[in-house]
Parts: sequence; C-alpha cells; structure tokens
Amino acid sequence: MLSILKALAVVLRHTFRRRDTVLFPEEQPVLPPRYRGRIILSRDPSGRERCVACYLCAIVCPVDCIALQATEDETGRRYPEWFRINFSRCIFCGFCEEACPTKAIQLTPDYDMSEYRRPNMVYEKEHLLISGPGKYPDYDFYRVAGVAVSGLAKGEAENEAPPVDLRTLLP
Amino acid sequence: MPTIYIDNEAFEVPEGQNLLAACLALGFDIPYFCWHPGMGSVGACRQCAIKKFKDEHDSKGEIVMACLTPADEGVRISIDDPEARAFRAAVAEWLMASHPHDCPVCDEGGECHLQDMTVMAGHAHRRYRFTKRTFPNQDLGPFVNHEMNRCIQCYRCVRFYSDYAGGDDLVAMGTRNQVYFGSHKDGKLDSEFSGNLVEVCPTGVFTDKTFRRHYTRKWDLQTAPSVCVHCGLGCNVFPGERYGRLRCIRNRYNADVNGYFLCDRGRFGYEFVNADTRLREADPPDAVAAMIEIIIGARKNGGRVIGIGSPRASLESNFALRKLVGRDSFFVGTAGHEQRLIDTAWLMLKEGPSRSPSLRDLEQADAMLVLGEDVTNTAPMLDYSLRQWLRRRPNPERLGLGIPEWNDAALGEIFHEVPSHLHIATVYETKLDKIAAQTYHAAPHDLARLGFAVAHLIDSRAPAVNDLPKDIEDHARSIAGAFETAARPIVVSGVSCGSQQVMRAAANVAWSLHARAGAAELCFVVPECNSLGMALIGGRPLEEAFAEAADPGIELAIIIENDLYRRAAKESMDRFLRLCRHVVTIDHTVHATARASEMRLPAATYVESTGTLVSNEGRAQRYYRAMAPQGEARASWEWLRDVSEAAGGWNAQDPEGSAGRRHRVAGQSESEQDGRVADPSGAERDQAFIDLLAAEMSKDIPFFAPLPEVAPPASSRVKGMRIPRESPRFSGRTAIYADKTVFEPKPPVDSESPLADSMEGFEGEAPAPLIPRYWSPGWNSPQAVIRFQTRAGGSLRGGNIGIRLIEPARVGKVSHFLEVPPAFAVRPEGVLVVPSHHIFGSEELSVLSPGVAGCAPEPYLGVGLDTVNSLVVGEGDPVLLKAEDFELILPVKIMPSLPDGVVALPVGLPGLNGMFPPLSAQVTRAPEAEPPNPEQRPKRTDGHV
Ligand code: SF4
Ligand code: SF4
Ligand code: SF4
Ligand code: SF4
Ligand code: FES
Repeated sequence: MLSILKALAVVLRHTFRRRDTVLFPEEQPVLPPRYRGRIILSRDPSGRERCVACYLCAIVCPVDCIALQATEDETGRRYPEWFRINFSRCIFCGFCEEACPTKAIQLTPDYDMSEYRRPNMVYEKEHLLISGPGKYPDYDFYRVAGVAVSGLAKGEAENEAPPVDLRTLLP
Repeated sequence: MPTIYIDNEAFEVPEGQNLLAACLALGFDIPYFCWHPGMGSVGACRQCAIKKFKDEHDSKGEIVMACLTPADEGVRISIDDPEARAFRAAVAEWLMASHPHDCPVCDEGGECHLQDMTVMAGHAHRRYRFTKRTFPNQDLGPFVNHEMNRCIQCYRCVRFYSDYAGGDDLVAMGTRNQVYFGSHKDGKLDSEFSGNLVEVCPTGVFTDKTFRRHYTRKWDLQTAPSVCVHCGLGCNVFPGERYGRLRCIRNRYNADVNGYFLCDRGRFGYEFVNADTRLREADPPDAVAAMIEIIIGARKNGGRVIGIGSPRASLESNFALRKLVGRDSFFVGTAGHEQRLIDTAWLMLKEGPSRSPSLRDLEQADAMLVLGEDVTNTAPMLDYSLRQWLRRRPNPERLGLGIPEWNDAALGEIFHEVPSHLHIATVYETKLDKIAAQTYHAAPHDLARLGFAVAHLIDSRAPAVNDLPKDIEDHARSIAGAFETAARPIVVSGVSCGSQQVMRAAANVAWSLHARAGAAELCFVVPECNSLGMALIGGRPLEEAFAEAADPGIELAIIIENDLYRRAAKESMDRFLRLCRHVVTIDHTVHATARASEMRLPAATYVESTGTLVSNEGRAQRYYRAMAPQGEARASWEWLRDVSEAAGGWNAQDPEGSAGRRHRVAGQSESEQDGRVADPSGAERDQAFIDLLAAEMSKDIPFFAPLPEVAPPASSRVKGMRIPRESPRFSGRTAIYADKTVFEPKPPVDSESPLADSMEGFEGEAPAPLIPRYWSPGWNSPQAVIRFQTRAGGSLRGGNIGIRLIEPARVGKVSHFLEVPPAFAVRPEGVLVVPSHHIFGSEELSVLSPGVAGCAPEPYLGVGLDTVNSLVVGEGDPVLLKAEDFELILPVKIMPSLPDGVVALPVGLPGLNGMFPPLSAQVTRAPEAEPPNPEQRPKRTDGHV
C-alpha cells in the first residue's frame, strides 16, 4: 500500500515538472557542431569543389554506401564526376570525414532526414555539395599538395622551392 | 641449400640468392626500393639495411645492405635489430623529405610501393620543415604520365628503360638532390615497353595515362586471371573492371612467359572493350531465333550450314562451332596462305626434333638466329626476352669472376666486354639490329638461302646452297660457328614475312644440330592469340568456303570473331556474302564483315568470357571472365551452345557430336528434375559447359589430351568457397546501383568458372591459374607477387600457368627440307611487296583503343633507295601500287634497308588488309590527274606529285 502511494507521489510530482521532451519539429534542439548527421561535400576557401575524388571515404565506409567516379578538368584538377551516398545505409559513423584528406566530406548536425521511400535517401553530388567550406574555413588541399593545377604552378604552393632548372649543373 | 640464421632462427634458402630476396621469399618484411626481382640489385637506395654478424658470439654486428649481401651458408643476420630498424626508418625519412603531400590525387595511391615501404620502415611523422624541392613535368605521350615531384631517386626507371628494355630516351639528368628522370624532350617515349615504368617505378612518377581518364583505385577493381589477346605470345594479364567498364591491364606474373613485364600494345590496347565499335545487342533482335530456324530447316532439307572460325577466338568457341556445323563444314577463318604458314609451323614443332622455347627459355639462350621476323613489332615481348638474354649472356661463372647473377651493378660493368651472338636476318631493318652481332637484309628468298647455307655448314646432310655470294657465305659461316659452339642455340622465325621457305630454312638450321648435341630450339612467331590453337583444331581454308558458296551453295554461314575483309580481297568477300543465303556474324566488334552480314550476335570479349588460348609456344592457357558482359553479349561458345540445343544438338554427322548432344540433353533434364533453377545464362548445370567442351576436345583431338588439366574445373572450390574477383576492401557495394534500386542486386552467377563476382569467398592463396590479383597484407603494390612465388623471380607456389601441348618428336633421323629456293632477282617488270608490321596499328583490336590508334603510322609504302632513284620520289610523295587484285595510292616512306626490288606494305593499318604473302606489283608515280582515293587518307596523298 505504501509503495503504491509512493509511486503515485512520484507520478504526481512529474506532472508539474518541466517537460524533457521537445516538441519536434516546431522546436529544434541545438546540437554541437561535431554532431554526426547528414553528410555534405564542401568547397575550399576560394569556392572550388574540395573533393578530389580520392576514394578514401568510399573504402573506409563500413557499410560501403559511398560510390563515386573520379575525373579531372583540363588543368589536371581532380574532382568527382559523380558522387553518391546511400543514406538508407549510412550509419553516421563519421569515418568518411576522418579519412578525407581534403576536408571535403563533413557530417553536419542536420539529422532529420526520414523519408517514406528509400530511393529518396540516395543523394547525388548535386544534393551533397554546399556552397561554403563547412566546419573548416581555411584548409585548401592544393595549397599543400605539390601538384600543379590551374592558378597554382609547380613550386607555388606552400613550402615549395621553385622548380629545379634542368639545364644547370651548378650546385 | 645454404642455411642462414635470421634473428637466431635457422632457415634453408635456395642457392645463389641475396639476403633480401631470400628473406622476402621466407615471408619476412624488409623494405627496399632499388632492388626489383626482375632487375637484380644495385644498392642505390640504402633502404634494405639489416645487421650482419660475424658468428654467434658477435653481438655488435655491422649494418649491411641485404640486397647486396649473398645468402651464403651460415650467414647470421638480424632484421629486427634496433639499430637496423632505426637506420631503415631514417632512410625512409630522408627519401621522403621532399615527397609531396599528394597521395589523394596520385594514381599510384593504394598500390604504391613507396606507401607500403614507408609504413614498413616505420616512418610515420615528417620532421622536415623546410621547403620541398619541385620539378617540372614532361608530356611523355599517350601512355605514360609524368609527375616528377614524387621521385625518390631509386634509379629503377632508367635501369629498366635503358638497361633492360633497350630504350635511349629516358635518362637521369642533374646532380645531387636534383636528379631528374625524364626524356631530353617532350613526346612519346620510344620504347615498346614504356608502360612497365608504371609498375617498375615504386612511386607515382610514372602512371598509366589511359587509366587516368577513368581512374579507379586498385582495391575497387574487379580482376581475374587472363591472357593478352594482342599477339601470339600469350602474356598473362589482369584486366581490371569497375562500373561495367574495363579500366586497365596489369601484369600477371608467369615465370615461363612474360615474367614481370608486358608490352605497350598489350597494356594499352584494352580500350576496344569499351569502344563505341562494340556490338551490344543482337541485330536484328530476333537473330537467334531466325538462326535456329534456318539451321533446323537446313538440317531437314539438306541445306548447307558452314562455320568460319577465327584465330582470335578461344578454342572453345572454335570447337563449339565445329561441333555445330560438322567437321566438313568448318573453315579456319584465315586465308590459305596464312593457314599454310601456321600449319607449317606446328607440323615442324610436332614432327621435328626441336622444342619450342618459352620466353623464359629464350632468356637462357647461348646463340640466336632471328630469321625473317621483325619480332619487336610482331611479338613485342619476344624482343624483350632477347634483350634479357643479351644482358645475361656474360655468364658470370664462365668468366670466372664469381659475380652472382643478381648483382646487376657489377654485371652491367662487364656486359659490354663480351661479344653478342645475336644474328638477325630480316627483310628490312628492325629495332633489334642495333644490338645484333651481324645483320642481313634481303628478300625472303635470300633470307631462306642464308638459313639453308647455315644448316648445310653445320650438317652436311642438309642441302647445300649453290652460287652463294662470298660475303653471304662468310656470314653463314660465322652464324654456323656461333651455333656450333653454343650450349643452347635458338632459332627464331615466324610467319610475318609470309614465306614458307624462310620457316623451312629456320627449321633446317635448328635441326641440323640434331646429329650433334641435340637440336636447337625453334621458336615460331604466329600472328594472333590463338593462331596455333586454330591450327591444332584444323579446318578448311577460307578459299574453299568461297568456292562452295557458288557451288553447291550455302544456306547459312556462321562467322565467329573474325573480320574476313581483313583476310581476303574485297571482291571475293562481297561475292561470298552475296552468294550465301544467310550470314550470321558473332563478334564483339562491328567491323566490315559484321556490317555486311545479314545478322549479328554480340560476342563477349576476352575480359567478359572464359576460354582457352594456345600461344606460339604451344602453351594452352585459360583466361577468365573479369567482368560480366553488358547487354546481350556472351561468349561465342555460349551462343553456339544455345543454338545447338535449340536446333537439336550438335551436327549429327559428327560422331562425337551426337555423344556430346546426348550428354548435354541428359545433363539438362537431370538438372530440371532436381528442380534447380537454370538462370538465363544456363547456370547450374551438372558440369560446366566449358569443362564439357574441354573433355570433348581432349577426346577428339589428340593434342588436346591435357586440356582438362589447364585449369581447375568450374565446379572446384577452395575450402568449399569460390575465389572472389573483388578485393575484401571493394567499396561502394550499397551505393553503386542505388540510383537504380536500393535493393542491392545479386551478383551475376558464373557457372563456368570457380570465381565469383563478389568480395566474399576464399581469401587465402588460390591455385596458380585462379589467382585473381596479387595482394598480401602490407603489400599493396605489384611487388606483392613475391608472396606467391617459391623464390624471387621463380615459379608461383601453385605451379606455373598453362600446359604445353606440343613437345618435340623423338626422331632418330632428321629429314631436312631439301628444296633450296633460287636467289631473288630484281625483276624488270615489277617489285616484290612484302608485309611490314607495326606494334601499334597492325593488330586489329588494339588499334580500336584511342591511345594505340594515335601511335599507329599512316598507311605508307616503304621503298628502298633503288625505287627512290628510279622513280625520283621523296619521302611522302604519293605513288601508285598496282598488284593483281588491288591498286593503292600511298605516300612513300624511304626505308634504306630494303633490298633492291622489294617494297614494304604495312599490315592491317586503316584501309589496308591483314596478313598477305609476298606478291608482285608495279610501283609508279601517282598519276597527276588522279583524284585522291577517299579511302587512302587524302590529306597525305593529294597536293604533292
Ligand atoms: S558516416 Fe560512416 S557509414 Fe556514413 S558514409 Fe560516412 S563512413 Fe559511411
Ligand atoms: S575522401 Fe574526401 S576527397 Fe576523397 S573522395 Fe571522399 S570526399 Fe572526396
Ligand atoms: S622516377 Fe620512379 S623509378 Fe625513377 S628514380 Fe624516381 S622513384 Fe625511382
Ligand atoms: S607481347 Fe603480345 S601477348 Fe605480350 S603483352 Fe604484348 S601484345 Fe600481349
Ligand atoms: S634495395 Fe638494397 S639498397 Fe636499395
């Protein structure tokens, strides 16, 4: 009998307590930026596509839900011809972001992506690519890479000496 | 077998190795860069440091380079020694000091020896904080990409390119830490083996430019063991597929054949598989049904159904066709002259005392005569083998210098001291002439006469050659001298100059040694990947099919994988196709014959099907499907199987045929009773059809008796599992098809091989003919093959790949060819046209790849100085070549080595036919008024005169 009354008391107390649940979607929770939600592809500080189609995110993905095809422009700059993530398989582990050498692929705090039809969970590059650099405003892979691309000749990247002159034998 | 002690443990190692090779073969990891199992040691990179101890009491030891220290009896070493480890880590660190940060955009990434070795050496953190050295790049042509920043100065590239492949346009330039590896100018690399730089260079300096256009990481490629189809040598390859397209060709190690290397035609000629010229659907759509109906009708009414096979189709496809139409109605698909030459070759190998050497055997030769064959262009890897032989020739033991065979640096020094015993006699100058002891250029008749003369000098029972000029006599004497003293003489000849007499002369030379130490080996180059297999199956020449079309008439002609317009004159082909009531072509590519046929069925290429090819050595090798065919394409033998099943079985006149039919029908009803599902491609049969065919071939044709052993049967499994074609890291499985369906489709079932289109299956070491890729933990680069070999450069642990079908006959007495041809005399009425060959352009399929097509020469007529003088023409001027059944206007190419009265017409270039026999024709200056023939590249022929 006593225990029943105790239980009732607990229930009664909770009735007047502040609600823990939020009224989603009217009310949106504030999540830390490192939250692992919907994946995006970002751009470098100069606005060019960051992804260089290195396939590292694809190989690291434990559920194999990333597929892409590399191609390059006339100046030899690599980019994905197409890039597909099947979010109906993604487990939001964040491995892809960790593997990405260009900081192109990033997980975002955007998590509400349920759909009635699974095919709608398949995102192509046009759905993934955003217009800014995301969480990493400064990083530009080609500034440190060491290959020449448009606007960045050999020897012009960070910490690079000018190209060796092949016609000299001077020390 | 010496015993060596590694970290105090005793191991037995094969004789004559260096410590690096010995340790790697034992399964130890020692990082290295400059050593290459195909190229020996030079000690340039200092990466392979280990500790060596004087004896068991020595605790201090000294650091030595494993690659330069012999693995002698009792050697004590430590790989794990902390000092040795620290040394290796330091070497890796300084080699990496200027290495760029570009692995993500480097095509070597994921199969990079530098990545593997850096991890192995334990260098994980870059401490170097200064500016990195950079280099400009060069444009090295359509095949090889250059990114010099990545170089670690190991010198492998120039060693391979100039020392091994004989090229002279890739060199090391500069000094100190600025050594540059490149060419003196931009432009395509000259060597036919430049593609090997991609695999030889341990870094991403040299990468595959054709692969770059549809780049995929190695771990994502679906691969299977396969055999190159671009010449008759049968080099082993790994084709790699991704998203339904063939992406690249990589070397597949075969100790007896191509070893670690491939030629550029084989490596870069693959794009015909992706080309727009592919036939993907049956045309018209009901072609099969129509074909079946015609066959049933013909069988009822006694109509004639013939089959025309192909030397570039598998044994299985040709044999299935022969079964379908019956032995009497099967034609080999080559013109009579070519068939005669190839028959000559294999009859000589079958009935003569000379063995056909493998490419590996050629490297062990002692003296060599190349008679009439431009091997660089007709069988490129043979050129490479000859060069290896010449390098190896200063046999260290014989010189008494005690230099081990792997010590490349030391051997290189004495290399030039020893005279070469390579004798070359060809119609025109070849690339190998430069390294030959003696060369001779003459018309085929005279080449044959030289051969006959050599044979007579060695063995007087061989016929003598009368009225040989003095200088030729002397030449013959010096060749005979070289052969008589050689321990392992080899004669190389072939069908490419179109002369049976030359081949007979070659046989006479080889056989003339029979009476003495044992016959010389005899190597015949054949034009296509299954030329010899086709000869073993046998069939009637094409000309007889042409005759039969007129009388008694042909109801249906089935042509498989063959463009007959390359093999016969246009008029006779046109007439033949007109006369046949129905014509079906089964091929993967739409060519003139396919276009002119009434019906077309799409065949699978060698990367999309499984089959067996017989190389010029007589080695039967199985190739496996690397990718599932697209559209309706399937192996020709699969089409023929289904047609025969629907039409009531194999041809009834073929005695074994009816047995085969019973077998088949019984097999099928059984599987139906079992309630097993037969998939559309006829999967889940009792016995794979390919094994059935092999069994029937082995019964039918005595030479094919060992055929069922060429590869494990399709039903074989390792530990109950199939061998996966995909690596365990294959990515994107749940995304590749997601744009079409989110339910991952079941991978296609391959009932004709023990391989699976999947990443699941047996992960250990598969039987040698089934190994789908070389990979081992920590070894992602092609160097991983060491983990599959008995020793560095030795055979694979699972045995060697392929079975030799032809062994020399044990003959008591050799019967030489007795008929010596008369000397060639310049004819006033015309010239002799001989075929000339091009590695890029002469072969039908590789030239459909854009890279190879770009390297193919424009059609030309090669003329000697006599013609230049008599016609007063210069390079590029148009001339009119008038033969009995064709006329061509071609620009002149001056070939000073051509003998008087002989001109050279390239084989197979656009607008020109395939193989032809030497023929007579007239050459005149192209008439001024004549409008340029549209087929003959007007831009080169008009304007001049
Ligand atoms: S978050 Fe994990 S599961 Fe999702 S795509 Fe990235 S690696 Fe794959
Ligand atoms: S890891 Fe980054 S750069 Fe590489 S393919 Fe993925 S997103 Fe692109
Ligand atoms: S280019 Fe490659 S093979 Fe040549 S020295 Fe540099 S790293 Fe070695
Ligand atoms: S030599 Fe012949 S078989 Fe070998 S890779 Fe070249 S084309 Fe292919
Ligand atoms: S591998 Fe031994 S020094 Fe380079």
